[in-house]
Amino acid sequence: MKTLVLLIIIWPLIGFLINGLFGKWTKNYAGIIAASALGLSFLSAVYPIWQVILGNIYDYVYFTWMPLGKFSVPFGLRIDSLSAVMLFVVTFVSWMIHIYSNGYMKGDPGYARYFTYLNLFVFSMLLLILGDSYLLMFVGWEGVGLCSYLLIGFWYDKKTASDAGEKAFVVNRIGDAGFIIGVLFILFNFHSVTYADVFPFVHQVLTPETATIIGLALFLGAMGKSAQFPLYIWLTDAMEGPTPVSSLIHAATMVTAGVYMVARSNAIYDMSPIAMEVVASVGAFTAFYAATMALTHKDIKRILAYSTLSQLGYMFIGVGVGVYWAGIFHLMTHAFFKGLLFLGAGAVMHSMRGLLSTDLMGGLKKKMPQTAILMVIASLAIAGIPPFAGFFSKDAILAGALEMGHPIIWIVGEVTAFMTAFYMFRFVFTVFYGEEKVPNLYHELHVHEAPKVMTIPMWVLGVLSIIGGWVGLHVSGEIPIEAFIARTAPTLEVANEAHYSEAFLMGFSACVGLLGIFTAWVIYIKKWITAESIANTFKPIYTLLANTYYVDEFVYFFIVKPFWWVSEFFLWKIVDVKIIDGGVDLFGWISKRIGWLFRTLQTGFVSHYAYWISIGVMLLTGWYLVRII
Amino acid sequence: MNQLHFPILSTIVFLPVIGALLVSLIDSKKETAIRWVTFIVLLLDFLVSLPLFFYFNSSTYQMQFVEKVPWISSLGMNYYLGIDGISLFLVLLTTFLSPIAQLSTWSGITQKTKEFNIVLLLLQTGMLGVFVSLDIFLFYIFWEFQLIPMYLMIGIWGGPNRVFATMKFFLYTFFGSVFMLVALMALYFLHHAYYHEYTFNMVTLMSQPLPANLQFWLFIAFALAFAIKVPMWPFHTWLPWAHVEAPTAGSVILAGILLKMGTYGFLRFNLPMFASMTHQFVDIILIISLIGIFYGAFVAMVQPDIKKLVAYSSVSHLGYSMLGMFALTTIGIEGSIMQMINHGISTGALFLIVGIVYERMHTRNISEYGGLASLVPIFSVFFMIFTLSSIAVPGTNGFIGEFMVLFGTFESHKVFAIIAAFGGLFAAVYMLTMFKRVVFLKPLNPKLLKLTDFNLREWIYMVPLVVFVFWIGIYPNTFLSKMHASVNHLIEQTKITNVNPNLNGKVSFDNKVIIKKSGLKG
Repeated sequence: MKTLVLLIIIWPLIGFLINGLFGKWTKNYAGIIAASALGLSFLSAVYPIWQVILGNIYDYVYFTWMPLGKFSVPFGLRIDSLSAVMLFVVTFVSWMIHIYSNGYMKGDPGYARYFTYLNLFVFSMLLLILGDSYLLMFVGWEGVGLCSYLLIGFWYDKKTASDAGEKAFVVNRIGDAGFIIGVLFILFNFHSVTYADVFPFVHQVLTPETATIIGLALFLGAMGKSAQFPLYIWLTDAMEGPTPVSSLIHAATMVTAGVYMVARSNAIYDMSPIAMEVVASVGAFTAFYAATMALTHKDIKRILAYSTLSQLGYMFIGVGVGVYWAGIFHLMTHAFFKGLLFLGAGAVMHSMRGLLSTDLMGGLKKKMPQTAILMVIASLAIAGIPPFAGFFSKDAILAGALEMGHPIIWIVGEVTAFMTAFYMFRFVFTVFYGEEKVPNLYHELHVHEAPKVMTIPMWVLGVLSIIGGWVGLHVSGEIPIEAFIARTAPTLEVANEAHYSEAFLMGFSACVGLLGIFTAWVIYIKKWITAESIANTFKPIYTLLANTYYVDEFVYFFIVKPFWWVSEFFLWKIVDVKIIDGGVDLFGWISKRIGWLFRTLQTGFVSHYAYWISIGVMLLTGWYLVRII
Repeated sequence: MNQLHFPILSTIVFLPVIGALLVSLIDSKKETAIRWVTFIVLLLDFLVSLPLFFYFNSSTYQMQFVEKVPWISSLGMNYYLGIDGISLFLVLLTTFLSPIAQLSTWSGITQKTKEFNIVLLLLQTGMLGVFVSLDIFLFYIFWEFQLIPMYLMIGIWGGPNRVFATMKFFLYTFFGSVFMLVALMALYFLHHAYYHEYTFNMVTLMSQPLPANLQFWLFIAFALAFAIKVPMWPFHTWLPWAHVEAPTAGSVILAGILLKMGTYGFLRFNLPMFASMTHQFVDIILIISLIGIFYGAFVAMVQPDIKKLVAYSSVSHLGYSMLGMFALTTIGIEGSIMQMINHGISTGALFLIVGIVYERMHTRNISEYGGLASLVPIFSVFFMIFTLSSIAVPGTNGFIGEFMVLFGTFESHKVFAIIAAFGGLFAAVYMLTMFKRVVFLKPLNPKLLKLTDFNLREWIYMVPLVVFVFWIGIYPNTFLSKMHASVNHLIEQTKITNVNPNLNGKVSFDNKVIIKKSGLKG
């Protein structure tokens, strides 16, 4: 078993090494090798996951990684119910996307390189979720960040892509500093960073203040990785990467790492109402804020990126109000439907030769019927229409928020749900329905349905987008997914839990979703009200949204530029060159002048110099000694 | 204690001198022969140094592989060599990096090849001597001796501004050394005044510290000499000059080894011998180190010249090393030593990388590069690995050192550690911006198109560096386990702050003068 658990993470590492070292020779087989590695990884994970469902927990230590004086950080892997859910999502969705990539990336000159990075990514992601300590999680955390950097900038000769990759890495580093600070506090207080040494002793060791500091520091890390306000700015630029990457890394797996981390640290967060309030509020704000930006965008990938931000916000609401299972549940369903949405967008891009604007699309349903159906399924799931997957998980979060006593967050969540349904169906209607907007464009581009190697993984995710939420149905008095996740991350216990009619809340949520779809239908299919007229009526708001609140411009002109300017013109050219180095040179110059006065002493005989030097040294030493003794 | 019963340290130190004599016998036109002989001597030196690692006894802090021969007995001077867990890795780093640096000169140095190789070999002796000397006079001789080959290396084989750069390098470091010499003599006489024994024995001096009030000026003098060498902010401005003008091998040795002599000096002299003052100065040095970390990063970020960028990044990296050291915790000091080794490997490798393209393109301007990933993919992969190691991505060596420094600092000074944690952000900014501009984007400069990828020689000397990047990153215990005993002992020594040796009447009287002068109380 110990070996089997290790094998889960070893397979992608093997794939990485084969394609990384021998990419020159594997060439066209690189995709098959990488996908097989993932298949094996998934298969290796099945049995351990099953055993965990039956009630086991695995925690194996393989070797000592970092000895730190009296304590040490082991390299150990842990599978409990929380990491089991993540393990399933990561291995399975990654596998599907690897298969899909075989078709999508075909013919790209960097084919082998692509799969090398992708395997390395999965390896790091598995380390992140299976590592049994915070420090190992951090290794995975930085590893996935690195792969994200490499994959966003995959087409490195494009300046926008290279810039986007760098931006992602740097913004994430802000969060990473927070993560490290959190780890320092944990290590200092618990003398260990292993989960098994930390969580059972939280109440004995931590004061509420320390718990708050740790919670906030860790959450800073989560804000970076999971792109929460204001550290979200890298995620939309990250769309420069190949679309399957957006699907895998920037929708299904990596960006949810922050949610996983908060859920993992539930024992610490439970002690700090302040930290939890911050998590939930930032989540709610990001959910709403990002959804508004998705309303007006015309780039299909960026619409999905804003939508991802918004959905991540939901997950943070879930873990922030203490209903950890709901956050993780939504993480899982989101991986299915958002992964699918990106794959669908990829299929569209693939046949549209990389075009992204909704202005160029319309009526694609006729050319790409399977993709169209799948996109509708995924959109119904994200819009929260029963019985699709997203409905159950989103409802669990919002009901949880209300029960835990956060009515304002619930209202924000419902408003966002309306917007979500609206912008997703705006997307679907403008791309797949209606008429072809640019005559003959499809003919010229030979628009066609994606090949089977791409549609089959999409169908698999499509099925999961429908049934994936059913684990959230009541079965003999309990919700299976809740009971399962709560073994590791029990729901926060509050004294006066509010009770609301579950059926009413569910019905309400469904109606909100339907209303959003209906609005989109009115505007984009029936055109009873045109989008232009709305845009004109609310011109200032529209401009603000269309320019995404000018946040990127703000960051550039008020943070990046001044910082660069100060470093170059003040620190370097004045402080370093003029003041410090100039001071050194001045000192030298003065000595030289003095030396000029003593030039007569210069005889040219080394022995004379040696004589004077030794006299000098003796005098100095003597002076010093006289002062002391 | 010498477990080998063989003067292994002397062999390691003086083998290069024999090599230099050998090389001097070869006809200067036979360049290939000269290169081979030098390389083989340096490689042999490395192989001879390996037993140090394998036979090292990690359970004791005592000096090992000791050789002690009376030299000038009347003055208490001995030819005294030995290493402990602190100097072990600096010796190994030196013997490891030198053959690599030498290999990089096979195509880079074409003028006065014979002289260059002789200088390189003598430099090796000087550096090793510094790390193994346990007699402070011997230490000083080696300390000054290694300046000369380095001076020649930059001054003769350097770039267009080499004369100015060498003068600055030489005078600046020499300025510091003079203070050190005075302090050494003072230490020698003061030690006699208190312990009635004339000795240059470093181990004795460490275990018999002077009273706190006498340590002030000694600490300052030593600290100045070492701070210039490290270099700590604001004594760093000679470094960019020296690096930019030095030939590749010079930069590699300068960054990889010479700078470590400064940090090593702090560990050997300031911390154990002047423990009371160390405690007094902790906050000042920690603040200067923090300034160095951020200042180095900010200034590195805007450099148009790759070598200058890497030079300023050294200021930042060694800021971490000093931070961990003056945290005065076991983990902090071990992290500091790890950071020294890592900096030697990663920054040394980055200078080699720069050297490889410089040889082909004759420019170090970042703006003239771009798109190397599509032209020289293997080069780019290696460059990437060292870049990641430099910005301390977990899994590489850089992370181990940086995390240990941060945690070690956190144990004693929380706020400093929290501030330093944000240093990694700026490291990412300057390294990745440079990396993007050199390796990514489109190759716009037509001259780049004729670039060639690694040749066999370059493969040979880059691969070992990559091995250590990951070895230290994944299994640092190989190295850390050998340091514990010595570092713990050092920590014990830094705790001895109220010394009360047998004073004679005169000293106790004059103490007041010092106390008044140095502004210290108690």
